Amino acid sequence: MSYTFKGGLHITDHKELTNSLKTVRLPDYPEHIFPLQQHIGAVLKPIVKVGDTVQVGQKLADSDAFLSVPVHSSVSGKVSAIRHRLHPSGDKIDAVFVENDMQYTVHESVRPIEDYMSKSKDELLSVIREKGLVGMGGAGFPTFVKLNPKQKIDYIILNGAECEPYITADHRRMLESPSQILSGLRIAMKVLGLSKGYIGIEENKPDCAAALEKALGGKGDIEIRMLKTKYPQGAEKQLIHAITKRSVPSGKLPADVGAVVMNVDTAYDLWNAFENGMPVTRRIITVSGDCVKNPVNFEAPIGIPFEFLFEQAGGFTEAPKKVIAGGPMMGTAQYNLKPPTIKTTSSLLAFHKIDDIYSSETPCIRCGKCVEHCPMHLMPLNINKLSIAKNYELAEKYHILDCIECGLCSYICPSKRNLLHNIRVGKQAITAIKRAKKSGS
Amino acid sequence: MNVKMEKLIVSSSPHIHTDNTVSKVMGDVLIALVPACIAGVLFFGFRSAVVILTAVAACIIFEWLFQKATHRETTVSDLSAAVTGVLLGLNLPVSIPLWMVLVGSAFAIIIVKQLYGGLGKNFLNPALAGRCFMLIAWAGAMTAFTPAAFSGVDAVTSATPLAIMKNGAEGVMPSLMMAFLGAKGGSIGETSGLCLLIGFIYLLVRRVIDCRISLTYILSFAILTFLFGNNGNMSKLYYTAMQVLTGGLLLGAFFMATDYVTTPTTPKGHIIFGLGCGILTFLIRRFGGYPEGVSFSILLMNVASPLIETATMPKVFGTEGGKSK
Repeated sequence: MSYTFKGGLHITDHKELTNSLKTVRLPDYPEHIFPLQQHIGAVLKPIVKVGDTVQVGQKLADSDAFLSVPVHSSVSGKVSAIRHRLHPSGDKIDAVFVENDMQYTVHESVRPIEDYMSKSKDELLSVIREKGLVGMGGAGFPTFVKLNPKQKIDYIILNGAECEPYITADHRRMLESPSQILSGLRIAMKVLGLSKGYIGIEENKPDCAAALEKALGGKGDIEIRMLKTKYPQGAEKQLIHAITKRSVPSGKLPADVGAVVMNVDTAYDLWNAFENGMPVTRRIITVSGDCVKNPVNFEAPIGIPFEFLFEQAGGFTEAPKKVIAGGPMMGTAQYNLKPPTIKTTSSLLAFHKIDDIYSSETPCIRCGKCVEHCPMHLMPLNINKLSIAKNYELAEKYHILDCIECGLCSYICPSKRNLLHNIRVGKQAITAIKRAKKSGS
Repeated sequence: MNVKMEKLIVSSSPHIHTDNTVSKVMGDVLIALVPACIAGVLFFGFRSAVVILTAVAACIIFEWLFQKATHRETTVSDLSAAVTGVLLGLNLPVSIPLWMVLVGSAFAIIIVKQLYGGLGKNFLNPALAGRCFMLIAWAGAMTAFTPAAFSGVDAVTSATPLAIMKNGAEGVMPSLMMAFLGAKGGSIGETSGLCLLIGFIYLLVRRVIDCRISLTYILSFAILTFLFGNNGNMSKLYYTAMQVLTGGLLLGAFFMATDYVTTPTTPKGHIIFGLGCGILTFLIRRFGGYPEGVSFSILLMNVASPLIETATMPKVFGTEGGKSK
């Protein structure tokens, strides 16, 4: 039996390009760049100066703001500059530049946390913040906040759906480090005071489920559940619904229905933070696309310009017309190859053949495909129209703010209408109006 | 880098799209209508092809002319005008004068479709509205049905099985098998249930449409006819099967009631739309002045479709249980 939700669609995933390739270590790169924002929340302040010598795992920047987590160096060497740099999000954000001395000397703060399973919740949470843990699936929400909700939690679910096409970073992590993922999940269970945890995996990754089952060795504290292979199965609300049959109410958070969802790679990093005392400084990055010569899964320290990763993947077979950080459905298109990899960079994709949808929009023929497939059960065709007409009041009645921006409506539209783009513009306008009203009253 | 880098395109996600397009959808509908066209030619002769092609050409040309005259982008390449043409042609008797076909096509394309804003904006099915216009304007020419070849009926004009069932007009009822295969009087496209079914299955397989509207339409009509039909001296089952297989019911249920533009987009809306069509068709055929009611039923439901859509909006994820906030 497989678990799922209503709506969604299976998209040709092209994962065969990289899913059977063992992760390879990316060669050394001379200068690493660490943007001061790699999470949802406040931009950090550097705590090192130009000229300082830093080591692997040393904290480079932190913030007093609640919603923030520190950034650590992934190499040892000298701080060469602190200045702004194009960020994968498209903004220019200050970054700490570190010259790599290629020694990878580990900082003294990187020490295994002894007997961590008997520590208190607060002690565990402070380690989780200090080690820079964020949601590694792409959103980058601080893990210490996620694991400390006010609400009573009944379910912790590890997200191993990896429903975006092309990306195989989580796939490889589950195959290559199953017992570490289980240990990480047990730490999260301990923090939340739960005796049972769940892992959701799409049916197109039976090898991952087998590896995790084997590592589990028949223990009953963790249950692996197979999910139907369809996009967006890994979206938080859809995943929670698939596994618990609970629906996160409109405008509420997963914790409101007693659920916490965490990426499998975050669980791995959780284990690494306690077992080895190592903060988030490395990750698996899938480099793929239709014009990458040798698609590959790299195990790489963070802070390396995209250009170097593409070069190490054999370069391009044809000049790419679009480069994306993240998946093709929700990832961010890049201006150039200069931005560095950050904690949440799960993949880099380059495409030569792209859909030029901005010149080929044709009238809506009301086929209803967007309605049929919307995982939130919205009517994108109507919200699109209302958003273009700036009829925000009615757009809200059509639940525009419930859109999770999965992009399926734009994907499926035979008229190539930019539904999500217009909906996004409407959402931003409505949120801005609400904020203005709040601060005005 | 080993290749010369060009400027990268930056746009908002998603970055991939289905290769499905409007012209592919319309192309599929055209392909699905080919068997019915062939059946028309087979049973009513070469003139069927002339009628259908005249309607297609007229629809395309009128759309092109109107868009040129109003300085709009020409959109005939999306094939929607061609679909309207084929559907209109299939809804006409083979003996229809060609100038009437031209006027009907002009009405369908210019009045019903383009004046309301073109593709996607019209609220009535253009082909059906065109047909009904012609039916009202030239009732005689529109109901002069020649008997189908192989039907064993030897006359210049004959009453359709529907007319016979309706008011006992003189004529021979075909066998059920003949009615299904195609040897029966009526409009060009109505003759073969088999060919219409093949086209319908093609559309289902290609996922152009789903079966909700068509099935609820046919089933609701069949159930009402079985329970309340005026079967006279025929057996209820035979009468019901005949009512389903003859006239424009299958053509309408498979190809007209499933038109995207003029039907609700919601799954529940599809069911209500199909039910409405079935009930109206039954009422018109059973109690109305016309022997046939498919066109009017679908057009009436077209008008109701925005209401149906609003009433059947899907329950947004997370608002189940009546709470919307």
